[in-house]
Amino acid sequence: MHRPDIDSERVIRIERDILAKNNDAARQNRARLAATGTLALNLMSSPGSGKTTLLVRAIEDLKAKFPISVIEGDQQTENDAERIRATGARAVQINTGKGCHLEAGMVGAALDDIKAEPGGLLFIENVGNLVCPAGFDLGEAHKVVVLSVTEGEDKPLKYPDMFAVADLLLLNKADLLPHLKFDVGKCLAAALTVNPHLQTLVVSAETGEGMAAFYAWIEARASLSRAAAVAQA
Amino acid sequence: MHEMSLCEAVVEIAVEEAKRNGAKHIRSLVLEVGVFGHVDPDALAFCFSAVSHGTLAENARLVIECIPGSGWCLDCAKTVPMTERFGACPECGRRHVQMSSGDELRLRELEVE
Repeated sequence: MHRPDIDSERVIRIERDILAKNNDAARQNRARLAATGTLALNLMSSPGSGKTTLLVRAIEDLKAKFPISVIEGDQQTENDAERIRATGARAVQINTGKGCHLEAGMVGAALDDIKAEPGGLLFIENVGNLVCPAGFDLGEAHKVVVLSVTEGEDKPLKYPDMFAVADLLLLNKADLLPHLKFDVGKCLAAALTVNPHLQTLVVSAETGEGMAAFYAWIEARASLSRAAAVAQA
Repeated sequence: MHEMSLCEAVVEIAVEEAKRNGAKHIRSLVLEVGVFGHVDPDALAFCFSAVSHGTLAENARLVIECIPGSGWCLDCAKTVPMTERFGACPECGRRHVQMSSGDELRLRELEVE
């Protein structure tokens, strides 16, 4: 018989969000980035979609206009950070070890190292994984998902979480399209089914095709971040 | 396997709450997981036993309650069930539905002693 008066067992109502700690850290990151007018973009994709190549090209093309820093997430090695540093940008590598995604606390620690200059860009290259990073807010202004045309055109339907949380889809490696049976329209339609608010650009980090539109997208948002920081100050 | 780090957060919150309530052991935890959440309940259960080892939650029973998806259809002006994120309204077939549940990831309650 259940005797609550003498029972040492009890039920505690909690109702706490499991991601609260990550979300708190993300909020702190967002406030720090806002104070310096830094536009932070969280780049996510499967391994091998060309994220680092895309970043290297974007940094080369934008570094005259913005101070740029990069946080690189990988399970192992400094290889990507070294590729980024070769462009002259500041880069901090986070090795997640067994971890499959970046969390806001890791990004906060990396921000301490980076000391971003005001009004700059911060690219956060997440661990190559089309699933896990989707659930973790890092404090970025926008999530950008990179998909390459050598992957299946139905990827947005197979991995909807990532496409649902992203603000921009970059369909990369467009220079390979003549050699592939990849239906760009079908892929973009799949992405828009999962997320009607998603913006999409078809690019090639190799040839530079479509990159100007990506830079225009960045510049428009960077000027908003700068203006907000000036208004706040 | 981001379920590993989610489980770490679950155990951390549970142990914190149990200590605050003067409990010596956690017997069970009830988690609410939305069907559209980025979480696989089986993977959570698998990770939980590893992560809870050596804590107040060791050997605790993890109860995972799946929260079905639902949303507010702007055209029908009512709450309708949803089977996919950004899915169409099952009644009018249009996609003007704002998700209202199915994204939960919450520790609802603990049974402690």
